[in-house]
Amino acid sequence: MMNFQSCVDIKKEWDIVGARQLGRERAKAIGFGTVDQARIATAISELARNIYLYAGSGVICFETIDEIDRKGICIIAEDNGPGIHDISKVMEDGFSTSGGLGAGLPGVKRLMDQFDIVSDQEQGTKIRTVKWVPQRRF
Amino acid sequence: MENYRYYLKRYIDTQDESALYQAEQLSKLYIQNKISPEEIINKHIQALKDLFPHLPKEIDLSMNFLLETMISYGLAYQEHQSMRKQQLSLRSEMELAANMQQTLLLTETPNIKGLDIGAVSVPAKQLNGDYYHFSTDKNGRFGVAIADVIGKGMPAALAMSMIKYSVDSFSDHHPKPSSLLEKLNRVVENNVEPGMFITMLYGLYNPITEKFMYATAGHEPGFFYDATKNEFTEIEGRGLVLGVSDDTTYQEYELALQDGDIIFLLTDGVTECRIGDRFIERQEVLEVIKHYMHLPAQTLVEKVYKHFERLQEFQLRDDFTLIMIRKQV
Repeated sequence: MMNFQSCVDIKKEWDIVGARQLGRERAKAIGFGTVDQARIATAISELARNIYLYAGSGVICFETIDEIDRKGICIIAEDNGPGIHDISKVMEDGFSTSGGLGAGLPGVKRLMDQFDIVSDQEQGTKIRTVKWVPQRRF
Repeated sequence: MENYRYYLKRYIDTQDESALYQAEQLSKLYIQNKISPEEIINKHIQALKDLFPHLPKEIDLSMNFLLETMISYGLAYQEHQSMRKQQLSLRSEMELAANMQQTLLLTETPNIKGLDIGAVSVPAKQLNGDYYHFSTDKNGRFGVAIADVIGKGMPAALAMSMIKYSVDSFSDHHPKPSSLLEKLNRVVENNVEPGMFITMLYGLYNPITEKFMYATAGHEPGFFYDATKNEFTEIEGRGLVLGVSDDTTYQEYELALQDGDIIFLLTDGVTECRIGDRFIERQEVLEVIKHYMHLPAQTLVEKVYKHFERLQEFQLRDDFTLIMIRKQV
């Protein structure tokens, strides 16, 4: 069962902070520990920065996932930017970090548990990523 | 976790060096178990809270701040680990490619009556961008090809394989060296990306006329040793490098060999061998060659190679190929 969605528009650099803040609050409410909260916030930063740097503007949305046996947070990053031409390349280790741009999409994938990306030239990019609350916390 | 708290407490209580030693052991264990930096900081925070439930709020918050700061380091560390793994697998793939190349480019030094032949070709990295090839035909003629791809590594090695097969198929009919280069030039021009060039010398020795015919495509000039005069001269020859223009023609040159005369063919890895910041002079190559002149051809080229390998502190800057053909009785 999906819970309500809340979104943050990303248009300027400060919006990244707003997205982090909202994401962290949601993560805390769902039951994530401090380390995971920090990881989720970092993943949000990376996604929001990508939107800000490469697409100009877009939106970051959060959903609470509440299933019978597990809980988690889903982050959706969507933009109408130029799209990613070669996704495999962007997902390669060292591609974005070599320029000092940060952890990049491979970093987001590492921080989270599930990661999916759809990108079309002209139509922009949509990334959907999920992190589950570690089971032992229940 | 319990261990971390235990040694932390012991250190706080006693400032004992052995507790610090245990911390060092723990840190190695964490690396083995792929525990990220932020998790270690979290351990610290938890241990601190267990030991001192009434920590000042500022300390508590500052620890959170540190934890956030370490997240990206943790990611960078994981990325580093995964790239190291990739690097290892790339390296073994390169080794396979290098072995395969060695098999592909293998050429045996033939036994030609009246000639003493030696050759050495060593890549600077794993793959060789130099190439040499010997061939013989039923009339007893002896063909020698030496080539250098401008560039190193994988692209150069791939281009070399193409050269090898072309030379193999063209040299069946033993054309004149100039026409072999002309054919080869068209192959290179049609199949290699612009910007990649190949220099080459092809020579054909006829034991009946005792003449060495050759043509060169911009290749590093070799040396000719005239035994009667006891002097070295540069092997002359002009010609455009392969792959520039598809209607290039090549001029044919000829050397008459007397007993004791020697032809040295080489690549610029020999003459442009660098020692520290300085390139050696061609003259220095000659000095080294002269020093070993009394030796059989194969031993000589190996000695010369070993000399320059040592001068370059066993780290070749460029692929090194040296061939020697001595006319003997």
